[in-house]
Amino acid sequence: MSEKAKKKLTPAQQEYQDFAQAREPKRSVLFNCVKAFFVGGSICLLGQFIQDFFIWNFDFTEKTAGNPTVAVLILLSVILTSAGLYDHFGQWAGAGTAVPVTGFANSIASAAIEHRTEGYVLGVGSNMFKLAGSVIVFGVFAAFVIALIKTTLAMLGGS
Amino acid sequence: MLQGHQTWVFKNRPVIVATGTVAGPFEGEGPLARDFDLLHDDLWLGQESYEKAERKMLEEACEQATSKAGIQKDDVQFFLSGDLVNQITPSSFAARTLAVPYLGMFGACSTSMESLALGSLIVNSGSAQRVMCAAVSHNATVEKQFRYPTEYGGQKPPTAQWTVTGAGVALLSAQGEGPRTTAATIGRVIDMGISDPFNMGSAMAPAAVDTITAHFRDLNIDAGYYDLIATGDLGRVGHGIARDLLKKHGIKIPDDRFTDCGILIYSEEQPVIAGGSGCGCSAVVTYGHLLNRMKKGELQRILVVATGALLSPLSYQQKDSIPCIAHAVTIEIDH
Repeated sequence: MSEKAKKKLTPAQQEYQDFAQAREPKRSVLFNCVKAFFVGGSICLLGQFIQDFFIWNFDFTEKTAGNPTVAVLILLSVILTSAGLYDHFGQWAGAGTAVPVTGFANSIASAAIEHRTEGYVLGVGSNMFKLAGSVIVFGVFAAFVIALIKTTLAMLGGS
Repeated sequence: MLQGHQTWVFKNRPVIVATGTVAGPFEGEGPLARDFDLLHDDLWLGQESYEKAERKMLEEACEQATSKAGIQKDDVQFFLSGDLVNQITPSSFAARTLAVPYLGMFGACSTSMESLALGSLIVNSGSAQRVMCAAVSHNATVEKQFRYPTEYGGQKPPTAQWTVTGAGVALLSAQGEGPRTTAATIGRVIDMGISDPFNMGSAMAPAAVDTITAHFRDLNIDAGYYDLIATGDLGRVGHGIARDLLKKHGIKIPDDRFTDCGILIYSEEQPVIAGGSGCGCSAVVTYGHLLNRMKKGELQRILVVATGALLSPLSYQQKDSIPCIAHAVTIEIDH
């Protein structure tokens, strides 16, 4: 909890939270990081194999093979999500499955499945970006800021 | 009759003449599977939506209770029920099917004992001959409403709990044989400033402790009066905290007589993290498992303290803390 939120607590609440925290199991940060490193790395390695497959077998360059590679990974993620397996994998792997493009696909597919019962328009259409929407909004905005900085530096540098 | 500050004593001792318990596939794999009347191996129950499945489960539990008691639904004067879905639609829609005069309840996961306490009060006062008290929850509807989509692969912390898919119904009657409700303590809302919805056990433990303390004080008894005290759905984390908090307040409950429905319903091998939760958790464990143990003569007097976290997805997103409540009902059997 942030320091600001802590200040709002009464002394009794603060005392209880310390009491409770001492009895709560903690997330194993180190173990989670190691798992995330290897699982995330393995997903990227798989992506690399897929990319090479496209380059060797079809008429793709390293640059153009990116799109079909991402499409295959997204498809795999959506299939696993639909089969009800991705959430179990995610619980174990943590950020390892959340950070790569597979996690993004899972967040969209799971929301779409969840709201199927409310129909295609009010359910699937308006809910599938429930979780992914903020990633897109802040991702695009961050890219804009970075581009702005890069352009400014380039102009100042005169190159 | 009111005794002390917040406890009702039921002099006429309403009888739980029959119960109905229906549970889902995950509960069917748990250690209490044999205590439930009906188990479903499909979360959908053949319905088009999980919300409809939840309603169906409640209707089935009501049918079980009335048929076991050998009565028609018209013989029931009032139906008290609640759940966790927005505007408690599973309960209200099941009440439409039942066509029995209905009072909708909301006490989050404390609804099971809230409805049993009020039902007992109605029967005890002679305002009805038979009242049906119910609570229901469905894993997928609750996750959808309060957390993330069920198939979303986000990692839950070790304090998170698993919502029980289950419906529990108790049919209370002024006459008959069976376990009797003899007292009920209505809880205060307690807020210790916990705001993490993945840490319900810690948020609810102080409410359980407050209600247990009030119950002992109002009735001037101690834990020795009971063969078993069961909290509703604190899970492993919250139950441990409640146990230590009671000790800190000088209330001694022997470890073997203090348990939690959220711990009992699943085995340690099941991936439920800290244990079970949801309206249906304390309802199916009490009306299935605990009452069965009473009928077998293993237990004579029990206290069920159902705990509820009174948050909404909106209140949590607006950074409000989680107010919690607990209601306790004493159930006794004469042998």
